[in-house]
Amino acid sequence: MPATYEPIATTTLGSAASSITFNSIPGTYTDLRLVFTGKSAGGSNTLRLRFNSDSGTNYSRTSLTGSGSSATSAQNSSTDNAFIGAVNTLQMMCNVDIFSYAGSTNKTLLSELSLDQNGSGEVRRTVCLWRSTSVITAIELYLSAANFDAGATATLYGIKAA
Amino acid sequence: MANTYTLIASNTLSTTAASVTFSSIPSTYTDLVLRMSARNDRAVTNGTLNLTINNLSTSIYSWTFLQGNGSAASSNRNSATTFLSDIPLVGSSATSNTFSSIEIYLPSYLASQNKPVGIFGVNETNATAIEMKANAGLIQSTAAIDRIDISNTSTFQFVSGSSFFLYGIKNS
Repeated sequence: MPATYEPIATTTLGSAASSITFNSIPGTYTDLRLVFTGKSAGGSNTLRLRFNSDSGTNYSRTSLTGSGSSATSAQNSSTDNAFIGAVNTLQMMCNVDIFSYAGSTNKTLLSELSLDQNGSGEVRRTVCLWRSTSVITAIELYLSAANFDAGATATLYGIKAA
Repeated sequence: MANTYTLIASNTLSTTAASVTFSSIPSTYTDLVLRMSARNDRAVTNGTLNLTINNLSTSIYSWTFLQGNGSAASSNRNSATTFLSDIPLVGSSATSNTFSSIEIYLPSYLASQNKPVGIFGVNETNATAIEMKANAGLIQSTAAIDRIDISNTSTFQFVSGSSFFLYGIKNS
């Protein structure tokens, strides 16, 4: 285990909300891990994130998805968000690893989404690229067209290489 | 801030065992992570490991998985079952002295809401019939998790050398 797995900030929603944002992320770690568990207050939706409030078409992704009946892979270029995957009305979870977030190169994340709805759902692994050399200081997590339900929890951890 | 990825308990088997139990799990963490290196005595290459929480064996478990076997990828699911399964486990027909590597993530295990589960397991045995599987699990129970049982199908047993580690993560 990393000896430096440290919580930076956490949010548990007391009521439904459209997004969860971590601001003023310190630049003192090597990597970040975002752990989210929650559900949609508005039915089937998709979970997305943005860095540093950037809504430009600076994101791209490749995903591998299991739907419960088939396995597929897809690629999307020049999107305006980092797409994580499906959210619905029963609890799901995802872990998002963000590598070298304080470096001066473009940024890569790897997300592991687990959504099972007792008869439907998806498993998705996604690698996203954010074409920016800026240090990541803010992360916004949001749904495409609904609120997160109350009780959704997001925690940001920092991991130091040394 | 302090490191919060902490070992709660571990069990490395010195003899065969039908199951491994972590009980009296403290309620002082936010998330749980179970990491295992395991193999059983069932005469198959790729078997399955089962998991229940809080001694509950009613139809509250379901899962969707994505798997690769070295030549193709596929996906399937199970609903309303009495334990969480389809978690890769190397059997006795696999290359000797190879073990499955498995991580099971249980976020917000104390919250009074249904419990999602993230699972990733691999059997790599220097053979063509391997298995890599990502599972999305759901446990429809709002009770805090204070016990986890890891078991085999039927009367099969984990072999000596299988190891099981339970970690707690605090978010503050």
